[in-house]
Amino acid sequence: MREIPVSRVQTAVEEALAQSVSQLPADYLQALKAAQQQERSPVGQSILLMLQDNAAYAQAEGIPTCQDTGMAVLSLTVGQEVHFSGGALAEALHTAVRNAYHPLRKSVVADPIQRTNTGDNTPPIIHYLLVPGDQVQITVMMKGFGAELMSRLQMFPPSVGVAGVKQFVLETVEKAGPNACPPIIVGVGLGSSFDGVAALAKKALMRPLGQPNPQPHLAQLEAEWLAAINALGIGPQGFGGTVTALAVHIESYPTHIAALPVAVNLNCSAPRRATITL
Amino acid sequence: MSEKQISLPLDEATAVALKAGQMVRLHGRLLTARDAAHKRLVTALQNDEPLPISLAGQVIYYVGPAPAPPGQVIGPAGPTTSGRMDPYTLPLLQAGVRGFIGKGYRAAEIKQALLQYRAVYMAAVGGAAALLARYITHSRVIAYDDLGTEAMRELVVADFPVIVVNDCAGGDAYAAGRAQYEREA
Repeated sequence: MREIPVSRVQTAVEEALAQSVSQLPADYLQALKAAQQQERSPVGQSILLMLQDNAAYAQAEGIPTCQDTGMAVLSLTVGQEVHFSGGALAEALHTAVRNAYHPLRKSVVADPIQRTNTGDNTPPIIHYLLVPGDQVQITVMMKGFGAELMSRLQMFPPSVGVAGVKQFVLETVEKAGPNACPPIIVGVGLGSSFDGVAALAKKALMRPLGQPNPQPHLAQLEAEWLAAINALGIGPQGFGGTVTALAVHIESYPTHIAALPVAVNLNCSAPRRATITL
Repeated sequence: MSEKQISLPLDEATAVALKAGQMVRLHGRLLTARDAAHKRLVTALQNDEPLPISLAGQVIYYVGPAPAPPGQVIGPAGPTTSGRMDPYTLPLLQAGVRGFIGKGYRAAEIKQALLQYRAVYMAAVGGAAALLARYITHSRVIAYDDLGTEAMRELVVADFPVIVVNDCAGGDAYAAGRAQYEREA
């Protein structure tokens, strides 16, 4: 049994959010630089340079890379030997988000119909996974909703096959176009259930760039779909070009004999995420 | 890549001369409004109620800025997705708005209306919000203060970079760009 005070979790989450708002992940910045070197459109090139300048400026000044600091999405993988002490874990997570968002834009409404701003950017969206062991890993994400709004999910019959899934992914990116602020990262969930496949797609967005899916047949689809997306010609901010997406990540799970669920969750050109291990 | 220097407010002749794909630097006064403010403006127009400010000849920037860090004019202020404002745009064009800045697709009927009312749609680079704030020299709330980040603001900008997306002649930079670079995988 390993005891972790919730105050320690609160501090770690708060610091991770505060850092990720102004500092884009190193794996992403590398991919952005490579994209700028590959991009053949002059306008596309100048946009990719501007995005790199923006990242450097925001980091130097400690200010947000984008005004839409979004909703906080917290994904906790908790070893079942861990005991959280000193208060309610959920409350500590809410406090961490409230504190981290104090200087930032408040973009959360309490009710989807009545739409009164909560004033403090809580509540976060929280996913918990219980695993063996005594480690706690937390991935925090500030999910802006420009790209989130262009994300889609459909419950297909198995007969659509991999070709049908590919078409759905490409169509999602096409319909999004400039709205998702390309260059985008494409998270694809395959399998599970209606709720499960959406979570898989978001989990796919939490993977650092440059790491293919460990299953060879999925890694191959990731590469093939990335090439197909970039052949669409949408380009940086949709003005035309050879780089529309930096990566396609697939996460899969077993599913029902009657279904091929697919979820496509898009991330924009400002992926704010960090992972902490306690 | 040469950039065109444009002084705001935008008159009809200047708007008509802008071409899709042109890189432009804006100087002068912009109004900001996004979802909630648009709904209020259009409701007022439909009910023949007075507007909080005159819209004639103005350019509206779709933005909900981040709070200003200490000593700064404004926080990061990149564009929000314009398509969400499509349902409110026709009455604003009728009220004399001459230009819009945002990012993303406009509906076909809005692109058509831009031709009819001789107004332009321009895009600022989404994701470059911190840099864009540097080109904003003044900011003050002029209406709907209770809306917080969604309040209407008057901005004064200098050298503010935008790209013309839809011009008054039916030109479309998104369509043209994609057509140029689309290929077989």
